[in-house]
Amino acid sequence: MNVTGNNVKKNSSGVSHFGDDAFKWLTLLMACSVFVLIALIGFELFNGARPSIHKFGFHFLISSSWDPVNDVFGALPYIFGTLVTSFIALLIAVPLSIATAVFLTELAPLWLRQPLIMFIELLAAIPSVILGFWGFYVMVPWLHDHVYPFLRSGGGFLPFFQGPDHGPCILSAGIILAVMIIPIITSVSREILRSVPGLQREAAYALGATRWEVTRIAVLSYAKRGLFGAVILGLGRALGETMAVTMLIGNAPYIGASVFAAGQTLASVIANEFTEATDPMYSGALFEVGLVLLGVTLLVNALARLLLVTFAGPRMKPQN
Amino acid sequence: MTSATINYETMEQKPITTALAVRNLSVFFGTNQVLKSVSLDIAPRAVTAIIGPSGCGKSTFLRALNRMHELNPDARMTGEIQLFGDDIYARTVEPVVVRRRVGMVFQKSNPFPTMTISENVTVGLRLNGVRDKKLLAERTEQSLRMAALWDEVKDRLNTAAISLSGGQQQRLCIARALAVQPEVLLMDEPASALDPLATSKIEDLILDLKKSYTIVIVTHNMQQAARASDFTAFFYLGELVEFGTTTKIFTSPSQKRTEDYVTGRFG
Amino acid sequence: MIAANHKARQIKDVLMQVGACVCAILVVAPLVLIFYHLIKLGFSSINWEFFTQLPKAVGETGGGMGNAIVGTFILLGQAAIIGVPVGVLGGVFLSEYGTPKFNWWLRFAADILNGVPSIVWGLVVYGLVVIPMHGFSALAGGIVLGLMMIPLVMRTTEEVLHLVPAGYREAALALGVSKWKTVLQIVVRTALKGIVTGVLLAIARVSGETAPLLFTALGNNTWAQNLKQPIAALPLQIFNYAMSPYDDWHRQAWAAALVLLLLVLFINIGVRFLTRDRWKSKV
Repeated sequence: MNVTGNNVKKNSSGVSHFGDDAFKWLTLLMACSVFVLIALIGFELFNGARPSIHKFGFHFLISSSWDPVNDVFGALPYIFGTLVTSFIALLIAVPLSIATAVFLTELAPLWLRQPLIMFIELLAAIPSVILGFWGFYVMVPWLHDHVYPFLRSGGGFLPFFQGPDHGPCILSAGIILAVMIIPIITSVSREILRSVPGLQREAAYALGATRWEVTRIAVLSYAKRGLFGAVILGLGRALGETMAVTMLIGNAPYIGASVFAAGQTLASVIANEFTEATDPMYSGALFEVGLVLLGVTLLVNALARLLLVTFAGPRMKPQN
Repeated sequence: MTSATINYETMEQKPITTALAVRNLSVFFGTNQVLKSVSLDIAPRAVTAIIGPSGCGKSTFLRALNRMHELNPDARMTGEIQLFGDDIYARTVEPVVVRRRVGMVFQKSNPFPTMTISENVTVGLRLNGVRDKKLLAERTEQSLRMAALWDEVKDRLNTAAISLSGGQQQRLCIARALAVQPEVLLMDEPASALDPLATSKIEDLILDLKKSYTIVIVTHNMQQAARASDFTAFFYLGELVEFGTTTKIFTSPSQKRTEDYVTGRFG
Repeated sequence: MIAANHKARQIKDVLMQVGACVCAILVVAPLVLIFYHLIKLGFSSINWEFFTQLPKAVGETGGGMGNAIVGTFILLGQAAIIGVPVGVLGGVFLSEYGTPKFNWWLRFAADILNGVPSIVWGLVVYGLVVIPMHGFSALAGGIVLGLMMIPLVMRTTEEVLHLVPAGYREAALALGVSKWKTVLQIVVRTALKGIVTGVLLAIARVSGETAPLLFTALGNNTWAQNLKQPIAALPLQIFNYAMSPYDDWHRQAWAAALVLLLLVLFINIGVRFLTRDRWKSKV
């Protein structure tokens, strides 16, 4: 307390203060990089898109003419493609993910849970380009031969399943997107279902409810808002997906009802055409597409986080 | 009062004077034996209190009466429990059926937050396929009256159940359990999370309910046991130490351990 | 006493349980299938040639992806140089310094960045680096991957540091150790395993990214000479070869995909193995 220890350090205000301050400012600087990056992203996108914004204005979002030769650009087909593929992906992924989350939290034997969870997280780690590659050469031909004909014959009265197809199409892209967003929806849903208090389940059991009824009344009902947040998070992931979609969607601007048609999303049109966009208006249009994509993704992600935080509190952190 | 079972082969009628006959009940969680060969008879239309220090197995005992301990994957039991003559652990009997006949109210009230008051009360009935709106409404009123909650909520049956106070929520849970007309009602320290005023309401309720229901209540509050019950069972370290009328247990217990506990010398 | 609909409820119960199990199987199936196909189609093409040779001219058979593999490592190296110091130190700030309000904004910004689509990152760095440099380059590729790593590493570092008990910090400070030394030598060192885990996972994540490299690194058919030239990378090569009409390129792409997948999975599983104590209770 007095003589022992090198109190020299504490008393000479020079050295330790400097060390502390320097370190603090260093880490602060590094942390502020996130603000800088956001500004940078905003700046670069707006800057690059300037020619296009200037020329087309709001019309960019509602026009569907995309003509690089004559420098006329409208992003509506790509907005359509993005929304439709994401919607299809959700349609497939949500029931599967939530059922799997229920299986993992309520039904699976204990020894099976960790391996299964690990499998799903590994699925999330598969690079998009590999999924696209496998999808293009394995999944799509299989679907084309075994599934699409059924859809066509059984559901051909619906406008969705009419029209010619050649494998890569909106539906194929939607399906691979589903494969990609299932892991995140499942793992977030799992966390949410785990947080439902056991007392709720017991109340249902005590009334003589079956396992499924307990899950329905006490767990799923209770977790509704959180599960919705998980779904929106999956949507956010689906919107930004590029490579797998690019490889499976057929790459042609399209607005219509057939899911067998080739389409294009905001992300895939950039991936496909950016390296060919030699004149500033063309590349400007693609920058603007990027801006639209960013805006939509950010909004959806913000909504998801809002839902998750209001359900489970600030500690709920969705894995990226 | 008595009920009877009929043996259809011999057409012999046997009067039953026990609601739940427990014989040599032992419960294990993994290798840990929590209840050691407990035998007792729960009398019908009476209140039986289960008392004992923490960890003595009283909650486990209660949960064995409606097979709720089976929710724990490590749980095992041996012994026999008969509910009005029916073996509830028989191979052909499903837990779902047992729990319809034996209802439970928990320590912490747990109404379903996404349902309204009336939906909470009728959930058990609706699960069993009852669709008749008139019947549901009648049963709702009946159960809420029995739970002494009707007057307080009759104008807001369609509001969220969680808008009620703690004591009201617990009475709602009681109404919910009563709506399916169980034969036995199990209560696991139903008032321990409530303030004294709410607690006394619950105790009055119990005295009222025992006219129609068999009630088994676990409590660590000895005054509550003394006030509200007809019979008392004292558990210690997984064993049933003594069982008898409440008066006897509290005034002249036969076992020293019982006496030590009820006089507050430990626990 | 048994309700009329009892049988129906039982059947529904069983159906739902079976249904949930089936869904779980369907969900895991793609992982198994992909692995199976990659091995079936790509394993035979993994040989010495694959790892050491350059791609041959268009249409010729043979050749390898040596440059792409090296290129990937060069890009990841650059990315780590940018992403690790900034991310880790930023995470340290979030955990040990700052005010709740300011840090909330920092986290918010990091989360936004984590939600930016990877192709948008590519556009940004194109404008930021490629245009001023008048050309695609390995440097641009490294920069974009590094920038993507920053918010990832920052958040995982912060999380891990939060797990270090406050008692450790207090004990050190009470001994008269200056704050920055406490943070570095006590807190960070305690959490080091977790920090490394987070870094490795971020690296695994960006190693598979293709979209941002499309207009930054661009790709190359020769060995990397310097950072100012375009550079090859495994994911890019896979993409180009896969979408080409040449069977031989497809064969090599399968091999490349298998190698990339093994790399990514190896890191992920390795990390899981290292932190397995933390996982025991999470069921």
